[in-house]
Amino acid sequence: MSHSLSINKRTGIWDWLTTVDHKKIGIMYLAAAGLFFVIGGIEAFLMRLQLMYPNNDLFVGSTFNQLMTMHGTTMIFFVAMPAIFGFMNAVVPLQIGARDVAFPFLNSLGFWLFFLGGILLNVSWFAGGAPEGGWTAYAPLSSSSLYTGTGLDYYVLGLQISGAGSLMGGINFLVTIINMRAPGMTFMRMPLFTWTSFVISALILFAFPPLTVGLFLMFFDRLFDANFFDPTGGGNVVIWEHLFWIFGHPEVYILVLPAFGIFSEVIPTFSKKRLFGYHSMVFATVLIGFLGFMVWVHHMFTVGLGPLANSIFAVATMAIAVPTGIKIFNWLFTLWGGQIRFTTANIFALGFIPSFVMGGVTGVMLAMAPADFQFQDSYFVVAHFHYVILGGTVFGLFAGLYYWWPKIFGRMLNETLGKWHFWLFFIGFHITFFPQHLLGVWGMPRRVFTYLPNQGLDTGNFISTVGAFFMGAAVIVFLFNVIWTTKRGERAVNDPWDGRSLEWSISSPAPEYNFAQIPQIRGLDAYWVEKMAGNKEMKPSEPLGEIHMPSPSILPLIMSLGLFISSFGFIYHNYYIAGAGLLITFACMFIRSIKDDHGYHIKPDEMSERDRGITA
Amino acid sequence: MIGIGEHVKSTLPPEPEKATLEGKNKFLAFWFFLGGETVLFGSLFAVFLALRSQTLSGPGAEDLFRLPVVFLATIILLTSSMTSVLAIMAMHRNDLRMMQIWFLVTVVLGLAFLGLEVYEFAEYLNEGLGYTTSAFASAFYTLVGFHGAHVLFGVLWISTLLLKSKQKGINVVTAPKYFVASLYWHFVDVVWVFIFTVVYLMGKVG
Ligand code: HEM
Ligand SMILES: [Cu+2]
Repeated sequence: MSHSLSINKRTGIWDWLTTVDHKKIGIMYLAAAGLFFVIGGIEAFLMRLQLMYPNNDLFVGSTFNQLMTMHGTTMIFFVAMPAIFGFMNAVVPLQIGARDVAFPFLNSLGFWLFFLGGILLNVSWFAGGAPEGGWTAYAPLSSSSLYTGTGLDYYVLGLQISGAGSLMGGINFLVTIINMRAPGMTFMRMPLFTWTSFVISALILFAFPPLTVGLFLMFFDRLFDANFFDPTGGGNVVIWEHLFWIFGHPEVYILVLPAFGIFSEVIPTFSKKRLFGYHSMVFATVLIGFLGFMVWVHHMFTVGLGPLANSIFAVATMAIAVPTGIKIFNWLFTLWGGQIRFTTANIFALGFIPSFVMGGVTGVMLAMAPADFQFQDSYFVVAHFHYVILGGTVFGLFAGLYYWWPKIFGRMLNETLGKWHFWLFFIGFHITFFPQHLLGVWGMPRRVFTYLPNQGLDTGNFISTVGAFFMGAAVIVFLFNVIWTTKRGERAVNDPWDGRSLEWSISSPAPEYNFAQIPQIRGLDAYWVEKMAGNKEMKPSEPLGEIHMPSPSILPLIMSLGLFISSFGFIYHNYYIAGAGLLITFACMFIRSIKDDHGYHIKPDEMSERDRGITA
Repeated sequence: MIGIGEHVKSTLPPEPEKATLEGKNKFLAFWFFLGGETVLFGSLFAVFLALRSQTLSGPGAEDLFRLPVVFLATIILLTSSMTSVLAIMAMHRNDLRMMQIWFLVTVVLGLAFLGLEVYEFAEYLNEGLGYTTSAFASAFYTLVGFHGAHVLFGVLWISTLLLKSKQKGINVVTAPKYFVASLYWHFVDVVWVFIFTVVYLMGKVG
């Protein structure tokens, strides 16, 4: 078996389909998230076109409901989640001085499960209609086959498959961060992005199983006529709401905490100061993660659980404002007196602060149970969650893209185009969503496809749609920037921003083994510590030697394809196909468990000169 | 039993399942995985508890459950937990033969448990408890069936490991695999103890 120990270089598409390199998987996550962002964005834009004028008849009824459902589902599960996984893959191992993640094979499996889950969901457009139950898919509308076609089956199975992928990713990063930190990289020296990745991995581990169960039950209701959510069979629809929101509320922190992590990297770098209150930032992150599990009922105030339950959950919700406030002040204190550079990454971070604070304020308003009886299902809610998810997560993702692009791709994104992108997006964002607060208070309900003229809703809706045009333009500028700089962009040096953490100490893009020698960490902001000590590089913690790498494999893709195929069998009640698909997956698991993977070795003379310490 | 020092080979470190980084990773990941599984079963239990009195006009727990059969199943599964411990103890002694035997016993006991479960479900079906009869029925079959599927998966998993165990032996690469499989098996047993209590005992008396 000696052949398996030498490098088997794969090229082209085959390389991407079989790779287990976390950096390539990170790129695939980002690219897939980008693709779904465009799809979800078009859906949003079409909805806003419909709502531009009263009594419009562009997309009405079922079509609008499908757009609305697919937009929400896509944005949450197939844009924000994978983009976060993309950054985690691209950055976390580099920040902790690891050569790899703990389970490279599982990592690739997680990606393919997510990707095929997303494709499955979108196939529904061409197979008799997309789901139309909203991203929350409330039962019994969603659980009975009387009300909808196959759309919801696609929803259930698409989310189930991709959810399994997220769970694997969560476990993988927990173990990676606990077991694979470089010598000296104590927990209290970990960069904040790694910290937030760690906390959200734990949240994923505990939040996704309730969703899995909920989706299974809905699946059984729809497919085998079970009675979980069917009141006439003794079922209870509130169970779905509980299961969904026990997952759903932590999910919003899963989305926003990594963005907080990104800002905590970007702001210190571009203020040339260490992060203010590092310890309190870590503490606040963990606390937010914990409280995230305590507040799900604030989505159910109007269900009728009673004043006691409502009060407890209202107070718990407001409590989250405290650690979040700590974070905001720490960022402001980091900026205070710093040598601030207004790079694109940094202006996204700066634009985030006021936008997100507004979302936080409306969040506390919604947390007041009696007030929520008014806000419930109005456009005010739509404004609120877009302020937090867009103003928080999406701003964070863009900041992260401009910041880490050089490390990931080895080229700089164009800063001028970046500023255009930011301003169009930032202004468009507020024009789109600010009026929606007012529309909500003035009585416009959520999830409606039209409204009557001259009831005070015309102007607000018109302005909101105009804002969406700005945001669309911003995204086009960004895509242009990506394409143009990939061809023409300036090559990135190792440390273009004068960074503080480990990833900037190696080449851009990072070599496949990350670190030729695992570095020795001597403090918080590991690379900065060395720079201040007058060193150009990290001190190695080990002699230069052979590096063991895992071999690529096509199995993760085939395994995911098995589930993908099986889903069609279930959706169309063809149990042969369903069984055949599952068989493919199990066969792959079997092969994987009996076949040894010896991987291969990279020898020192195959590493680049710079990595071997021969600096020109 | 094994004579003193008879099969102990000094090449194996004291905790072979945690001797390498890969082993440590697997070990830790598996504990996290079980954490997730706990939440999964916890949710299923909660759903069952919420729906357990919704029998409509169909049969309920008191009409159906035969404690002796369930008790037998419990004994079988708990014994299999013990045999899997014996397998791991043999592994630590580097005694491949005994490890295989104890794992084989574990698998057989697992199959016996599944046989009883199939028999039990068939009985209930005869007595008019179909999957769609009531919310209680759906919740009962789903919770207990999920557990049964876990047992089946464990049986297949341990069998796969046994299949190649002669060829691969016990070393720092294979030890973590045997070890986590036995951890999984314990977990499945513990869940059963909860099912026995919450579903069957509480169904009969509470
Ligand atoms: C890019 C600009 C965006 C625009 C113009 C936009 C617009 C809209 C509109 C018009 C709705 C329907 C509101 C209703 O009638 O209830 C909606 C719903 C929603 N949006 Fe967005 N959106 C945008 C971005 C995002 C992003 C980035 C996310 C999340 C990462 C997101 C998440 C959601 C969710 C979860 C819903 C709720 C869907 C449902 O009620 O089932 N949106 N959006
Ligand atoms: Cu919430």
